[in-house]
Amino acid sequence: MQVPKVLGIETEYGIAGGPEKDPILASSIIVNAYALEGRTRINWDFDSESPSSDSRGVLNFTSFAPIVETHLANTVLTNGARLYVDHAHPEYSSPECRTPLEATLFDVAGEEVMLRAMNVSNQSLDPSMRMTLYKNNCDGKGNSYGTHENYLLSRDLEFKEVVAGVVPHFVSRQIIFGAGKVGAETEDGLEVNPAFQISQRAEFFEEVVGLETTLKRPIVNTRDEPHSDAERYRRLHVIIGDANMSQVATFVKLGSTSLLLSLLEAEGARVFPSMPVHPVQTVRSFAIDTSLSHAVLCEDGKKRTAWDFQDELWNLANSFVQRTGAPDVASEDEVSLIMKQWREMLDGVRDNPASVADRVDWVAKLRIIEGLKERYGLHDYDAKLRAVDLQYHDLRKDKSLSKRVGLVELFTSEQVSEAVHNPPRTTRAYFRGQCVTRYPEQIVAANWDSLVFDLGEGPLQRVPMLDPLRGTAELTQDLLEKNPSVSALLKAMNG
Amino acid sequence: MSEQERIQKQKTERASTEQAVVNVDTAKSDQLKHDLDDLLDEIDEVLEENAEEFVRNYVQKGGE
Repeated sequence: MQVPKVLGIETEYGIAGGPEKDPILASSIIVNAYALEGRTRINWDFDSESPSSDSRGVLNFTSFAPIVETHLANTVLTNGARLYVDHAHPEYSSPECRTPLEATLFDVAGEEVMLRAMNVSNQSLDPSMRMTLYKNNCDGKGNSYGTHENYLLSRDLEFKEVVAGVVPHFVSRQIIFGAGKVGAETEDGLEVNPAFQISQRAEFFEEVVGLETTLKRPIVNTRDEPHSDAERYRRLHVIIGDANMSQVATFVKLGSTSLLLSLLEAEGARVFPSMPVHPVQTVRSFAIDTSLSHAVLCEDGKKRTAWDFQDELWNLANSFVQRTGAPDVASEDEVSLIMKQWREMLDGVRDNPASVADRVDWVAKLRIIEGLKERYGLHDYDAKLRAVDLQYHDLRKDKSLSKRVGLVELFTSEQVSEAVHNPPRTTRAYFRGQCVTRYPEQIVAANWDSLVFDLGEGPLQRVPMLDPLRGTAELTQDLLEKNPSVSALLKAMNG
Repeated sequence: MSEQERIQKQKTERASTEQAVVNVDTAKSDQLKHDLDDLLDEIDEVLEENAEEFVRNYVQKGGE
């Protein structure tokens, strides 16, 4: 069974500065500043969180389950997103979106939320303590933090099918969507010590399949926490991916992955390319090969480069789109834009990287690095080059290098501003965001699949929202407009 | 805005998105080269003052 590809991105931002150089405190200041500014200081409800549930069914306790920290700053925004402190980073989890383009808009809105939060926070801090946020995934010292994608999948799909279907894409898609980095930082990475890597994250992956996200990171994460009706849905939690500054890269990353997941639901893993024999080594070896010529042995005995995998996957997706139109992913126009851009970027990175330097982050970053090396005769690991690497992801407009390399923007500043404040109309995030906007004083807790209201008398009222496709503008806008008070709204919903 | 107007607006936005992305030509590639040259000319003004110290001090806790 195919289900609509509801999706979203969660991003942990790198943070520098702040009082006492304490990143947890700094992250809390960021989140609280935005919450106070926007009045949306609503508690996150952890009742239905179970990040240790495992998609494989049988829990494998050789690794620790992720720890949920309930005491840290945590809020829900009027656009339906969640803004909170995760470990020692401020994190923006986008609202659930219905299409890749919409999810890209709400990811870009997240950058704007973080930028505003940073600016508001810095106004009240001594200049020596000013904080800076970076939309990246590593610090160059061996520490990594994540950009996770989430996709709604049918529960009918067996997890081993998911693994066989997604591994070829997850090991190879970095050649289009990698954000690039100077040098290496893990023990294994430093042994090879490449001058430049295509992906920020590749060297941090150590397993093929697993529940962990902070240690022994797996290519396929098995966290089985659907935040929806578990009888019908899975949520594929994708932890192998870089934070993109390029909006087109984010869009095509989400689009290509959604299309392949839809195909997987329709036809199973048997139509997908064979897995590499050693997926972990494959991710890492593809990351350090900017020539894109390195081929790996696959289970069918053939050797494939990252480009070969992507070419096969594009052709599979293309034939799926030709046959079905892929309506569970997006409209016809949007799907055709995904396919066109995916093809152009794939051919571009191999044949003429300069032609995609306005869309592919690692290519754009590498051009600055090589330009500087040439002009100033710098060695491969010069601190200036590492500074370029970091500042490519700097959110401050006057310090951000990615803002100066001519990356294509998909949205106007009005559209982004609209998405900072208002939820997507196409999922339950609409109902959540509207309720946060309309009744901030009466919502005592919220999470992905419910809202809890305090009417001032009687018991707290929980409104379950187990289906991500209900609670849309189409289904609830009239109801919200006709019932300006919470009590009237709840009465109308129950009646 | 009526539903009809909204759909129309979305369609127009989508069309302009496509146009913006698809204009791949030599003018664009020259412009990108020009942007890069400008950036390299100004790099010392944009980069943090002491690159070595800046890079050394950027230490994060692992996340996720």
